[in-house]
Amino acid sequence: MSTNAPIGTSQATVDPRLQSVGIQEAGGKSPAAPGRPVRSVVGKAVLWVLLIGFAILFMYPFAWLLSASLKPRGEVFDNRLIPRTFHPQNYAEVWDKLPLLNWVGNSLLIAVLAAALVTLSSSIVAFGFAYFKFPGRDLLFGLVLASMMLPGAVTLIPVYLIWNNLGLVGTNIPLWGANLFGSAFYIFLQRQFFLGLPRELFEAARVDGASYWGLFWRIAAPLSIPSFIIVFIFEFQASWNNLQAPLIYLNFGSIEGFTVPLGISYAMTAFSPGNGGQGDYQWVMTAALLVTLPMLILFAFGQRYFIEGIATQGRKG
Amino acid sequence: MTAVEDRATAAVKEGEGKNPKQSRLKPRDKYNKREAMAGYLFVAPWVIGFLVFTLGAMVYSLVISFSDYDLATDTAIPNGGANYAELFEDPRVMLALGNTLFYAIMAVPLEIAFALFLAMLLNRVGKGAGFFRTIYYLPKMTPSVAAASVFLLLLNGNFGAINRALAAIGIQGPQWLTDPNWVKPSIVLMTLWSVSGTMIIFLAALKNVPRDLYEVASLDGAGKVRQFFNITIPMISGTIFFNVLVLTIAALQVFDQAFLLFWRNQTNASPDASLFYAVYLFQQAFRSFNFGFAAAMAWLIFVIIMIITLIQVKFGNRFVYYEGDKR
Repeated sequence: MSTNAPIGTSQATVDPRLQSVGIQEAGGKSPAAPGRPVRSVVGKAVLWVLLIGFAILFMYPFAWLLSASLKPRGEVFDNRLIPRTFHPQNYAEVWDKLPLLNWVGNSLLIAVLAAALVTLSSSIVAFGFAYFKFPGRDLLFGLVLASMMLPGAVTLIPVYLIWNNLGLVGTNIPLWGANLFGSAFYIFLQRQFFLGLPRELFEAARVDGASYWGLFWRIAAPLSIPSFIIVFIFEFQASWNNLQAPLIYLNFGSIEGFTVPLGISYAMTAFSPGNGGQGDYQWVMTAALLVTLPMLILFAFGQRYFIEGIATQGRKG
Repeated sequence: MTAVEDRATAAVKEGEGKNPKQSRLKPRDKYNKREAMAGYLFVAPWVIGFLVFTLGAMVYSLVISFSDYDLATDTAIPNGGANYAELFEDPRVMLALGNTLFYAIMAVPLEIAFALFLAMLLNRVGKGAGFFRTIYYLPKMTPSVAAASVFLLLLNGNFGAINRALAAIGIQGPQWLTDPNWVKPSIVLMTLWSVSGTMIIFLAALKNVPRDLYEVASLDGAGKVRQFFNITIPMISGTIFFNVLVLTIAALQVFDQAFLLFWRNQTNASPDASLFYAVYLFQQAFRSFNFGFAAAMAWLIFVIIMIITLIQVKFGNRFVYYEGDKR
């Protein structure tokens, strides 16, 4: 790919695929430029049966969860999609039974910090790779790409020891601190976006006396809001759903300090039906539903950004 | 000529390709000093992070893997390759490795096939594709812990909905979560439920296949099946290859599902078949605090992932069809 070409050096040589990192192509309003429509009636029927069948399969766990979250203790496991007895009180009780508000607060703070920091740092670094020419640039960018392949397990322990030596284990800083330094995939994604901007824009600004920082902050950044949104929501989701890091850094002391995934994992055990009896699993269900909702809402509003971000992953190969 | 124009022309020239005269210039002449300086400052955050959290961490990890590390005193006493020797003596390491490889071999092809199948359905539907794409994508948005809390019950061998449904069509469902033979398939099932990320990548690739190829093929009398194998597969082979690589690496590191379904509760005994490599590594590191041993485990899986990836790349290059490639 055009690793050597700085921003918009010549439009003709820029890989056309790179320019679609913007939002236009996979925009939410016109989702599928239809591939090959099926013509025969039987073909159509089979197609729709399959589509709807899979839709039901994919949605079933959500329906099950919603229904279980509305059931009283004794009926949680009865697999009925419409509860025999409606027990919406779960939604009031769960806040007392579990420190859910604390968990949501912790998770929200961490996710916002993680996402905001990684968006800013990655885009600064990406602009460095996209606009400037300096010795060793392509080698460094190669390292960025290579570091994406590194299994997380290898650095899990030393990174823990770094935070431990700084005395920060038990705080939430290890859950977002490393985001100050950018993240490989997001750097890649933002750089692709910057490469699609016409270089004349920057040259004109230079003539008008803009500083290098000004080029980034006043010209590149405002034009790159869509890619900022992609990075932000991806990292927000990753942070909100992250289980392993909180297990390592927060899984001691009071449960009020947990994040949502850690908390629910704890509740799954505490209210487990395993040790005889049914536990109080209805609260786990209610909590699970409450923490899934923000993600579904995030997707409802940011769908086209998610789709575009994912599709971009496929192009990096 | 101003300096700006100068740079611009130089940049355009470089973009035009390798100019033999230019490559004879010394590197020093090619770069504007101020610009290069600014470039370094812009990428500095990543370089610092890389040196500390990646390169530094890897070196540190290597040192620890050859040491007896004591967390309380933060001392690493070199013990030669004792940790690595222990890897091969600990039957649970080999058990976990075997489980993980077995899972990957089962999960990756199923994920590829299922995701491609769904993508092809969506690619055919025209109007309404956006609606179904949204539905199919929602599982991917669900936190793994919420998904696990539901699947724990859906997969229950006695009263779970999955076995109830199987019973309705006369099949005696297995004990998904306790029968060693069915532990891995149950995690595969959970993984397939949220396969839509891969599906979206396939969908994007399918849209790039030129439609005239199919029209020409059907004029030549090629049926749907032949079109699939002779047009679709070659045209998206690069994407298939990419997805196989990524999914394999992910499968070899699977943690959340196995941990949540089986190893969350430290007092409960779970079937050996559910011990995945990442889970055992986590237990060794952060439950038993055997950091030296866990670091050695990490390097073992790193080497294994590298070898598998290299093999895949070697074979993949034969299989992938590159457009305009005239080798």
